[in-house]
Amino acid sequence: MNLHEYQSKRIFGKYGVPVPQGEVATTPEEVRAIAERMGTPVVVKAQVLVGGRGKAGGIKLARTPEEAEEVARKILGMNLKGLIVKKVLVDPAVDIQSEIYLGAVIDRAQRRVIMMASSEGGVDIEEVAARTPEKIVKVAIDPFLGLREYQARWLAQAIGLDKQYYRPFTKVALGLYKAFIESDASLAEINPLVITGDGQMIGVDGKMVVDDNALFRHPDIEEMRDVEAEDPFELEARKYGISYVKLDGEIGCMVNGAGLAMATMDIIKLYGGNPANFLDIGGGATAERVAAALRIILSDPNVKAVLINIFGGITRCDEVARGILAAMDEVKPQVPFVVRLIGTNQEEGQKLLADADMITANTLAEAAQKVVSLVQQ
Amino acid sequence: MSILVGKDTRLVVQGITGREGRFHTQQMVAYGTNVVAGVTPGKGGMDVDGIPVFDTVREAVEKTGANTSIIYVPARFAPDAILEAADAGVDLVICITEGIPTLDMVQVRRYLDTVGVRLVGPNCPGVITPGEAKVGIMPGHIHTPGPVGIVSRSGTLTYEAVYALTMRGIGQSTVVGIGGDPIIGTTFLDALKMFEADPQTEAVVLIGEIGGTEEERAAEYIKSEMTKPVVGFIAGQTAPPGKRMGHAGAIISGGKGTAAEKIAALKAAGVEVARHPEEIAELVEKVLKGK
Repeated sequence: MNLHEYQSKRIFGKYGVPVPQGEVATTPEEVRAIAERMGTPVVVKAQVLVGGRGKAGGIKLARTPEEAEEVARKILGMNLKGLIVKKVLVDPAVDIQSEIYLGAVIDRAQRRVIMMASSEGGVDIEEVAARTPEKIVKVAIDPFLGLREYQARWLAQAIGLDKQYYRPFTKVALGLYKAFIESDASLAEINPLVITGDGQMIGVDGKMVVDDNALFRHPDIEEMRDVEAEDPFELEARKYGISYVKLDGEIGCMVNGAGLAMATMDIIKLYGGNPANFLDIGGGATAERVAAALRIILSDPNVKAVLINIFGGITRCDEVARGILAAMDEVKPQVPFVVRLIGTNQEEGQKLLADADMITANTLAEAAQKVVSLVQQ
Repeated sequence: MSILVGKDTRLVVQGITGREGRFHTQQMVAYGTNVVAGVTPGKGGMDVDGIPVFDTVREAVEKTGANTSIIYVPARFAPDAILEAADAGVDLVICITEGIPTLDMVQVRRYLDTVGVRLVGPNCPGVITPGEAKVGIMPGHIHTPGPVGIVSRSGTLTYEAVYALTMRGIGQSTVVGIGGDPIIGTTFLDALKMFEADPQTEAVVLIGEIGGTEEERAAEYIKSEMTKPVVGFIAGQTAPPGKRMGHAGAIISGGKGTAAEKIAALKAAGVEVARHPEEIAELVEKVLKGK
């Protein structure tokens, strides 16, 4: 789950990372009032879950409360890379002398949380990794020991930080690591971590991604979810225990198993079609879940045909067939279905669907070819 | 022969009295797996279809000599269950559970490395050596004994490959589901090394997907050290970047972990890569004939 900048910075702040004392606003008038109270200059920052907000015009400096209201008027309601800006963060402007990157992430190959630092702060870290990877230094953190102070000092030295900043940097790094662990993050970044004109260290921008698998033990973080930023169908799917990702093709697919669902999308493409979605109904799906999945697929106006690929182990083909029939009865789809049911109770499943005017197939390749040719007609 | 599970497996089922545990225990017993014990804290003393249930894995191991554990325990309790099994003296732990927080697995894996206990999974269908032992949730009847080892991050996608092979009369030595999570107990590399050392295995199928760099690491090993032929398949060529595709580990992050990179790495290592799941069996037939 992605957190907004203001949410991430609030969490970092709780762990001793110095962050600007900013406030969130949803109208230009509120922004003006905040700027009047806070004093200017301020920075008005769009709160949307995309990178590159600054370049896209979503971050602006304002020298007076009137100017703050003006820029807020432009930014609020703006479409930033497909997302509408509904909130802005108003931060007191900071006198930036230098910018550092500091971030923690889980490195799968090392099976460790690693902390990375770079003197190239304020730039997309992936660009730095691509152009000048030697400018990123990393330490792997033992989960039993946690981040050690000497590791933070080594990072500080490795990025050429002035010795007078070793202590404040260490405090920030330790705080960031603690925030990461206690929030079950998969990513926590401060970019840039700034050194101001008068020698203060402050986290000017923050980003956190929290492990979806851990949300059950963080109800307070779960509450921070920006439902407006999410695809409503992806939200709906999650309620039913379905994994769904919308794509932009015209062939909807429903499959049991994530790997098989990806392979089904791929084979549709292989035979010349375009998948409209990824959808995994999970193991042992009930008719109710199947019906919910089909309703979601069929709500996509781009869908011209649907491919159902079920390899039933625990999942029973007759149960799936019942779900398909229930969905068809409710939604009355105008598009053709190609169904491939194989495995547990496959005969019962196929029998149930025999009267339902559906195209069947025995192999996945056959099913994919049939559904693609239906769409190309 | 085979790897990981077989006639010598003495299995303890953690979570045996739950719905999943109970159902799959019946299936495993029906297949011929030697299930010697079950564990559900608080339910020690009862039995499930004649299998004794204990309160702790330690007691189960002491009383029955269990050497392998399978875990059907919900995500919030699974890390503890894995650690308990490791401390109780089993050699192999297979964790089916999906949804374990990643940081828990970072800790668990770190601990298991220090005590030298092997984990397969989590978020996996388990391991089967056809004709000998089924330790997991896979449908036993589509498998048949034979010379092909399979290692896969997926569940039903693996069944597709197995089914196509069985239909062609090509059997499997052991099928290992390593699972869909980002931090796992047994990697492709680990499984390949085991298959390379296994006399029954003549060829290996590697089924990967987007996310991480394990397929690439496997490719390096295949290129430099493996003598047995490998056929591969990578799911997710059409996956968009930055989105979790069902599996917690199936995500293209920062441009890394794409299917295209993995396919290229495997091909460069001499692996025949199938264009779709059913083609895996065709390619295996080809490499087996070519030997």
